[in-house]
Amino acid sequence: MIGLKLLLLLGFMLGTAVFGLIVGWVDRKVSARVQFRVGPPLLQNFNDFFKLMGKETILVKEGIHWLFIAAPLAAFSMLAVISTMIWVALILNQGFGGDLIVVMYLMMIYSVMIVIGGSSTGNVYSSIGAGREIKLLLGDELVFILVCLVPIIQTNYALQLDQIIAKQAENGMVIGSVSGTIAFILGLLCIQAKIAMPPFHIAEAETELVEGPLMEYSGPLLAFWKLNHHMMIVAYPLLLVLLFFGGFNLQGIGILWAVLKYLVIVVLMILIKNTNPRIRIDTALHFFWRIAAPLGLIAVILAVLGV
Amino acid sequence: MGWYNKRLAKSIWVFHVSASPCNNCDIEILDLLTPKYDVERLGIKLVGSVRHADVLLVSGVINQKVAPMVKKIYEQAPKPIFVMGVGTCPSGGCCFNDSYNIVENREDVIPFDIYVPGCPPKPEAMIAGAAKLMEVLNG
Repeated sequence: MIGLKLLLLLGFMLGTAVFGLIVGWVDRKVSARVQFRVGPPLLQNFNDFFKLMGKETILVKEGIHWLFIAAPLAAFSMLAVISTMIWVALILNQGFGGDLIVVMYLMMIYSVMIVIGGSSTGNVYSSIGAGREIKLLLGDELVFILVCLVPIIQTNYALQLDQIIAKQAENGMVIGSVSGTIAFILGLLCIQAKIAMPPFHIAEAETELVEGPLMEYSGPLLAFWKLNHHMMIVAYPLLLVLLFFGGFNLQGIGILWAVLKYLVIVVLMILIKNTNPRIRIDTALHFFWRIAAPLGLIAVILAVLGV
Repeated sequence: MGWYNKRLAKSIWVFHVSASPCNNCDIEILDLLTPKYDVERLGIKLVGSVRHADVLLVSGVINQKVAPMVKKIYEQAPKPIFVMGVGTCPSGGCCFNDSYNIVENREDVIPFDIYVPGCPPKPEAMIAGAAKLMEVLNG
């Protein structure tokens, strides 16, 4: 039984990684078409990944070596667990009590891993990037919890991912209501900030901090950070599909619906990415605390009132 | 290693090292990375950190002041790393050849793998240089 579960974890992990690298290509290709370019070939991200796996890993003399090595691998295992829990709830309709809370915690620990990895190098740019990541986490975490509360309240306080899907199958999707719509829009922006996609790539600012926390990483460890980024583009939009669009039904025409639901979120994210320049950290905090958090609170109150 | 070299040829991340140039080649390098030439279709990407680089684009005649820095940057890069000399300066010294402050032998500071001559070279010439590197890697 344990062997079967391990096999399931391995399968979903590898599936998410391969799917993520392909979705990463979609991201780069759509961005290229927006800029009137041709864009990279289909297997570009696989080439990048395998190339990085074969390069030399350099450990910084002043850094803390075990944290430097452990951070990307721990972050990868976090994402493997998150994506497995989401896929199991979506495909097999299974879950355990309070697994939504576990997913929310693991998503936060992923950001903490970026902070640990960035600050263990002893590089100034990496440290600044790690500090910005903490500030961004402070900004988006409150809004994200408020956003997750809306589907929980609307599905009669179900904290289990498969129960949220089942309740939505009975009562209609969460996004159909006013509070659900507000929460979905805020959730999309939170996901954008958590994936560190533009306009929220404040921590990894290529032009001023030269990739921030990832600056000193090279070789296989960098390959794992890049893979983590691609896995997030799969796992986090799927969480939104689960919470707001009622998951999917993988039978007959349902597959088309499933792909459409996922693609709508990903294409919206890519378009937001391509039409907005990077915002400053104070602008991001202002947006999340002064604008998004009150809106999230309004959505929660509307959900309690049943609107 | 043939399989790995083919992956490397399809994913070349370049890092820009300016070793006391007159800035003309650097402007052409920036032109190379614009949407018009779209080097991303060949897998070429500009990276900001030398730890992520596969190819160092060295422009300029290396003078005595920057020579230690250029050497240090080469040592900081993860191997395998290739060095492309952009412009006539790395290969021939151009009009600065008789200056008092340039290093005697540029190959001692940083081992060049490929030269792209021209003052400055066109972006097309640089793409041709990268294509030659890919040819060597593909075997």
